[in-house]
Amino acid sequence: MSELIAFLEPDKAVIARRPEIIADLAGLVPGSCLITEERELVPFDTDAFVSYRRMPLAVVLPETTAQVAAVLKYCNDNAISVVPRGAGTSLSGGAIPQEDAIVIGVSKMNRIIEVDFPNRAAVVQAGVTNISISQAVDADGFFYAPDPSSQLACTIGGNIGMNSGGAHCLKYGVTTNNLLGVKMVMFDGSVVDIGGKALDSAGYDLLGLICGSEGQLGIVTEATVRLIAKPEGTRPVLFGFESSVSAGACVTDIIGAGIIPVAIEFMDKPAIEICEAFAKAGYPMDVDALLIVEVEGSDAEMDAMLERIIEIARRHNVKTIRESQSATEAALIWKGRKSAFGATGRIADYICMDGTVPLGQLSHVLAKTSEIIDHYGLRVANVFHAGDGNMHPLILFDANDPEESRKAELAGNDILKLCVDAGGCLTGEHGVGIEKRDLMRHQYAEVDLVQQMRVRAAFDPKWILNPSKVFPLEGRCGGLAEPGDAGPDHGKAAA
Amino acid sequence: MSSADIHYPETEDEVARLVAAAFAAKNPLEIRGGGTKAGLGGPSQSASAISMTKLTGITNYDPSELVMAARAGTPLAEIEVALAANNQMLTFEPMDYRPLLGVTGEPTIGGVFAGNISGPRRLSAGAARDNLLGVRFVNGSGEVVKSGGRVMKNVTGLDLVKLMAGSWGTLGVLCEVIFKVLPMPETSVTVVVSGLNDAEAAEAMAAALMMSVEVSGAAHLPESVVAKVAGGRLKGGPATVLRLEGLTDSVEVRTERLATEMGRRGEVTVLDAAQTHELWGDIRDVAPFADGTSKPIWRVSVAPQAGHQLVAALRLKTGVDAFYDWQGGLVWLRMEADAEADLVRQYIKALGGGHATLVRADAATRSSVPVFEPQPKALEALSRRIKHQFDPQGVLNPGRMAATI
Repeated sequence: MSELIAFLEPDKAVIARRPEIIADLAGLVPGSCLITEERELVPFDTDAFVSYRRMPLAVVLPETTAQVAAVLKYCNDNAISVVPRGAGTSLSGGAIPQEDAIVIGVSKMNRIIEVDFPNRAAVVQAGVTNISISQAVDADGFFYAPDPSSQLACTIGGNIGMNSGGAHCLKYGVTTNNLLGVKMVMFDGSVVDIGGKALDSAGYDLLGLICGSEGQLGIVTEATVRLIAKPEGTRPVLFGFESSVSAGACVTDIIGAGIIPVAIEFMDKPAIEICEAFAKAGYPMDVDALLIVEVEGSDAEMDAMLERIIEIARRHNVKTIRESQSATEAALIWKGRKSAFGATGRIADYICMDGTVPLGQLSHVLAKTSEIIDHYGLRVANVFHAGDGNMHPLILFDANDPEESRKAELAGNDILKLCVDAGGCLTGEHGVGIEKRDLMRHQYAEVDLVQQMRVRAAFDPKWILNPSKVFPLEGRCGGLAEPGDAGPDHGKAAA
Repeated sequence: MSSADIHYPETEDEVARLVAAAFAAKNPLEIRGGGTKAGLGGPSQSASAISMTKLTGITNYDPSELVMAARAGTPLAEIEVALAANNQMLTFEPMDYRPLLGVTGEPTIGGVFAGNISGPRRLSAGAARDNLLGVRFVNGSGEVVKSGGRVMKNVTGLDLVKLMAGSWGTLGVLCEVIFKVLPMPETSVTVVVSGLNDAEAAEAMAAALMMSVEVSGAAHLPESVVAKVAGGRLKGGPATVLRLEGLTDSVEVRTERLATEMGRRGEVTVLDAAQTHELWGDIRDVAPFADGTSKPIWRVSVAPQAGHQLVAALRLKTGVDAFYDWQGGLVWLRMEADAEADLVRQYIKALGGGHATLVRADAATRSSVPVFEPQPKALEALSRRIKHQFDPQGVLNPGRMAATI
């Protein structure tokens, strides 16, 4: 990669104190929780945004909230940066460290503490994987709704940091809509409990603020999440259309008709070709766009809903309709979609964009995206959650070609700006991280950003938590309400 | 307060100028919508007020996008009429406080979000805060700030939208709100289980919500209140009521399954769409306690299974009447004499936590009792720091949520 994204200049004084800091950390956590050997640090030098890597000063993998608190207090007292980490599946570089930072990973805190069906809640440690919550309650007829594509690996702590979503969020919402409470360690090592098993909590909606804050406000060590009764059955249907425009219009009409399926996924021709070559899901090859529409409920309910959806699809000249007749067929329909990222990775390097647009703008943004990609002489495959307007253009390029890498990043930036200009936003579910940090000014005016940074300062006065993420590096401390509310001068970004 | 001290801005810029002047003069301002919830929260400590009732109008609505934008002072009724014309609704079913508080006035959409006012469907569809997608507001120094947007998914930066929801005008003056709307269900029915005591009802509601029938409302009306809803037509003692909504064919199938299952617990009857509409309107607006008195009313939010335990514990100590929404997790309590704040909050804590808001009481009680649940020290300090970052001079609704904010 061409390293278009700047990092903060690491604090040389902190790096010089490394042996002393490691000795101090060894006094706070058991030796088995501390990683300092370079060979063992390598897996923590990046996350799933692999274009950028920085070796951390040390990695701590605590086993208890008390250990997280001790380390965070130490780091705050000594002005050492902290990068919180779940499973490291962030696609926006949200967990990429720096040379002067301690990574605090929650992967060892992976216990499901309590499952409470009458209150429809589960209390879990932050390092529990997303899918293991659903697996733990599956036999009793429940599930945890948000289902990011990385759900096999990603942790609930990371999900809270990024406010993760997934294919089924059209009906059930994203993490923030399914989170009841957290135990969180604040910058100074104090531990707070926010919310619980009640449906809403007292005072300001701190839970709503923490969700999606990308590890900037504290480190969540436990979460209370909502459990939902599983539907009796689910049925995906595959629709093939002559054009992306028809498919997009079909999505708008389904929703306009008052039908909210549990998922509406969209794939364009390049995405269909890539996924079919990999997954052999039997996708039609003579169409330009695919929709996977999933409904749920009893057989009678699904029949009734599908009848209406199919009627709408026919109005948009649908060429192929494939209703799954069995669990195997249903799995195959999803297999193609769910392998999209992996399958794309086999044929080329790619970066995955994550812009969101109002539903009425889908066709316009798809057409403009093609123009942008053509302009840079690249290729793109579009696969996304159409029901909620969350687009994922996969920009294909050759990472060994610096010029092409640069073009891919520039094209990505243009596409995200396009989403914002169409009334949408820079990121629907992947987060800002380092990737979109410098684009924040395209979506927000200075006053909007400063208000966010002031709130951040209320949680982390020294700006030690995940410091180089989310907000533009320059000017980040300007305009705060009072001197002393800001952190140290972070205005000096390394080019 | 004399009427001369109430300002009626007609534009966002005017709001900003008024707040900037208050900031410069350190002059506290009461922020009002339609005034229907003025009796909720700490009594106003301000000599001047901003009324948002002239900042009105729907600014963007495309039914096929399931999103609406409106200026904060727009009457809720106007929003609901516009939505109904397109067969859509606010899915979180905001309650109307007027009957309970015995006041007149016109609830505004800004007030609904500033108070995070949600009704029975909160159980399945989320609260007002879950449906708020974007805001424009004026902070306490008179700056116009925007957050969020008009898309369903947005994780760009900190979610100030959630923070504004339920902050009762203490962090900023909402000027425009952008929110999610959803299709109205084609039909709705209510399965009524008669004769259960509070504990049995809690079990029945939990069992119903464990079924895959998508219950969209679950409430329990003990014998003392059952005659005060749905025109007194629910007979046979206490009623546990479960609402199902959606496409007609689907609702039929689910009703049968739910009725069969609940039939094992008590006598079951089924209400049609019209009766369902009336019943849940009464539950939403707390009709049983809309009695024209100023007897203290608490709105308590606890884990669903803790609601009836709280009421049982209180009954041993004091005179209290109660009914339950949100599967038992939302308890409406009417105290026969005093507010008994310490007692209520002590039991909530003992039963696993939650919070209690004193939604009706005379001004003297509201001045002497924390209306909103006092927070643990660390969270209280954090909330004060947040307040300071939005409203450094403390000019916006001081004392409304707590003495310190």
